[in-house]
Amino acid sequence: MNFTLKIWRQKNVTAKGEMVSYDVSGISPDSSFFEMLDTLNQKLITTDGDPVAFDHDCREGICGTCSLYINGRPHGPVKGVTTCQLHMRAFKDGDTIFIEPWRAKAFPIVRDLVVDRSALDKIIQAGGYVSVNTGGVPDANTIPVPKEKSDSAFDAATCIGCGACVAACSNAAAMLFIGAKVSHLALLPQGRVEAAKRVQNMVACMDELGFGNCSNTYACESDCPKGISVANIARMNREFLGAKLFSEKEKVIKESL
Amino acid sequence: MTRLNARIPEGPLAEKWTAYKSGSKLVNPNNKRKLDIIVIGTGLAGASAAASLGQLGYNVKVFCYQDTPRRAHSIAAQGGINAAKNYPNDGDSAYRLFYDTIKGGDYRAREANVYRLAQVSNQIIDLCVAQGVPFAREYSGLLTNRSFGGAQVSRTFYARGQTGQQLLLGAYSALSRQIAAGTVKLYNRRDVLDMVLVDGKARGIIARNLVTGEIERHAAHAVVLANGGYGNVFFLSTNAMGSNVTPAWSAFRKGAMFANPSFTQIHPTCIPVHGDAQSKLTLMSESLRNDGRIWVPAKMKDVEKLRNKEIKPSDIAEADRDYYLERRYPAFGNLVPRDVASRAAKERCDAGFGVGSTGVAVFLDFADAIKRKGHDAIDSLYGNLFQMYEQIVAESPYETPMMIYPAVHYTMGGLWVDYELMTTIPGLYAIGECNFSDHGANRLGASALMQGLADGYFVLPYTIGNYLANEIHTPRFDTASSEFNIAAQAVTDRLQQIKNSAGKESVDNFHRRLGKIMWEYCGMARNDAGLTEALYQITELRHEYYRGVKIPGRLDEYNPEVEKACRVADFIELGELMVRDAQQRRESCGGHFREEYQTSEGEALRNDDEFAFVGAWEYRGRDVAAELHREELQFNEIKLSQRSYK
Repeated sequence: MNFTLKIWRQKNVTAKGEMVSYDVSGISPDSSFFEMLDTLNQKLITTDGDPVAFDHDCREGICGTCSLYINGRPHGPVKGVTTCQLHMRAFKDGDTIFIEPWRAKAFPIVRDLVVDRSALDKIIQAGGYVSVNTGGVPDANTIPVPKEKSDSAFDAATCIGCGACVAACSNAAAMLFIGAKVSHLALLPQGRVEAAKRVQNMVACMDELGFGNCSNTYACESDCPKGISVANIARMNREFLGAKLFSEKEKVIKESL
Repeated sequence: MTRLNARIPEGPLAEKWTAYKSGSKLVNPNNKRKLDIIVIGTGLAGASAAASLGQLGYNVKVFCYQDTPRRAHSIAAQGGINAAKNYPNDGDSAYRLFYDTIKGGDYRAREANVYRLAQVSNQIIDLCVAQGVPFAREYSGLLTNRSFGGAQVSRTFYARGQTGQQLLLGAYSALSRQIAAGTVKLYNRRDVLDMVLVDGKARGIIARNLVTGEIERHAAHAVVLANGGYGNVFFLSTNAMGSNVTPAWSAFRKGAMFANPSFTQIHPTCIPVHGDAQSKLTLMSESLRNDGRIWVPAKMKDVEKLRNKEIKPSDIAEADRDYYLERRYPAFGNLVPRDVASRAAKERCDAGFGVGSTGVAVFLDFADAIKRKGHDAIDSLYGNLFQMYEQIVAESPYETPMMIYPAVHYTMGGLWVDYELMTTIPGLYAIGECNFSDHGANRLGASALMQGLADGYFVLPYTIGNYLANEIHTPRFDTASSEFNIAAQAVTDRLQQIKNSAGKESVDNFHRRLGKIMWEYCGMARNDAGLTEALYQITELRHEYYRGVKIPGRLDEYNPEVEKACRVADFIELGELMVRDAQQRRESCGGHFREEYQTSEGEALRNDDEFAFVGAWEYRGRDVAAELHREELQFNEIKLSQRSYK
């Protein structure tokens, strides 16, 4: 198969970027999208060109390293897969394919298609954990967890932290990412203890880092390679509201004493 | 004659770990603040160790090449994690888990370490549940277990097919908590290129900032390597693209011994290579062999017709199919151990009977199982795997047989460590897949996750204190010292040497060529002549590499080709050591199959009299053969026996 690629090229965070056109030929329809880009890069290297930088690692859809805005959609045209699991048979021979990085204020460009997503780490550091230490925990079967709750927590916990939800959102909101983590932990008795504090801290951190507010378009769910539901955003909002009301009430009581 | 002392505590096997913990030295909390520890890698072992050490009060610096610690390749583990909880009441115990692990490793692992692993396994499950890891549960709300990898008890805990992901996210959350608390500092997008020794002790590292290309120096009182396995030496493997041996290899060059490098596990059920552009292989759970039947055409004319797409697999009559595992191993059939199934597939493909466009694949057929159990039953068992297969190959296993072929996915070998997980360099530790310690010559399913977390959460935090207790008077190190200057200069020179090569060939091309040599001569079956040939070819490749590689761009910028170039340079050297190790081990054991040493029926033939030892290699220089040291293995608890599956 042959393709024309229009790729965003940008030397570093401060440099000016532009779309550059490349042709690739002889691509097997069974190749993955990255194997197609590998072919382009091999050609560029041996012809004194400048290979295109892109993020990738496990190439089996689980590590969340890969990104790419392909023809206007995060992770490309196939629903429920990451870019690394996208195969060239999803395109037509002779297609022109537009490839851009994630675009969000909170994700500055490192080079070409590589962006810095460490803001997502910072949000987790703000409270995306249960504060247990190694050692001194009860036996694993001491606290039963209803299977339905455990399964819902798992569904939320499958988030791979790729940032497609942010890239898909017209407001570059990270609410699906945070909603997934808040839900995962709030649904489990182990995470319930700190739930109120957690949601407030994570939301405050999200605001601080420059992520936008929910656009209510559901684009995040639609483009999430793991199919994380927007119901998690609703749960986060409910948790947040409850936590805020409770802390306000607590304040009033304290002041009256 | 040997410098290897495993320092195994005295006393009965079951009491060694308790005795060790009672007798080891402690560091007082005020002193912990003054001690720095570097951890390299953020997979299950690295993240759990960094989090636990930070929690104890040490100053921890953690390094990873990924953009965030959560992406380390532990994330891709599917099946589960073993523990001797005995929740199903089916007779499991720490002793049984220990016994199975030693036997599964074909008697090439150290008893004391493996027993400790089995002992701490239960604590891992408790901790992970407390962290919020959503393990599978029964309707009672209690945890459920499954049998895995042919074990006779159900001791595997799992979170659907994403157990590695959930455990790693648990460790990552604990790590994130410590980062927020300020006890751990994260250095992401860094490659660790060298170890720094001061007076023979590990005192720091040289790292390259992958975004800016800057060479950085970091000092510490102890260094912990948790950089994973080296399966990518084969170019194609189930490892992540960035998985590499470089930190461990730099330790080897500085004097840490490398043990059993040739022990590699090749998994039989992977999706086959589709062509020359292939970059990576994907594993399919081996549970598929419970119902799938493996076959190739028995007649060459059918092979040709299949390849020319003149017929479909289903057009081949039952009598014209060769169910070669059922034919060769009537008792175990399609459920023979991983290494046997892998070798048998290779044998058929080498003989020309392979299927698929490349001829390097065999069928895994569910037609009989669907007929017998019904479509819905098969769907409930393997639905998600069939879906994953269809996503990659664009064929439905309900309609046409799957195609599979073996692929490299785990390395049992690694840096030699003693009971305390310390390498032969004082103050340098190796944990998780990057050490050689617990799996012998073959790893059992669901044991890798257990070992990574055992080392990081429950072993290293104790053993490192025993060393650091003697370092409380050692002030923080100056990274401007001559030792750091020399190491940093050596790294810079090496980078410059690779960059200055006036060649025309890409790093990937060299990597592919290395992979082909390794796969051909040091893969599923090895023999003396082939290994000699491999040694010659790898040496040639190494010389050619420094003349012929082409690195575009600059060193002082974000440049993935520079990262790859450093990693491949080390893989080439490692490949040579693996070949030497495979050559010296004149027996077959576990994943190491020497064609000269097999029974008349083609089974692996161990030689316990001569080879019941750990082969640990010491670096002697790039152009000099490494020197072999032996750690004799003592089996006091377990009687050695031959595996049989006919």
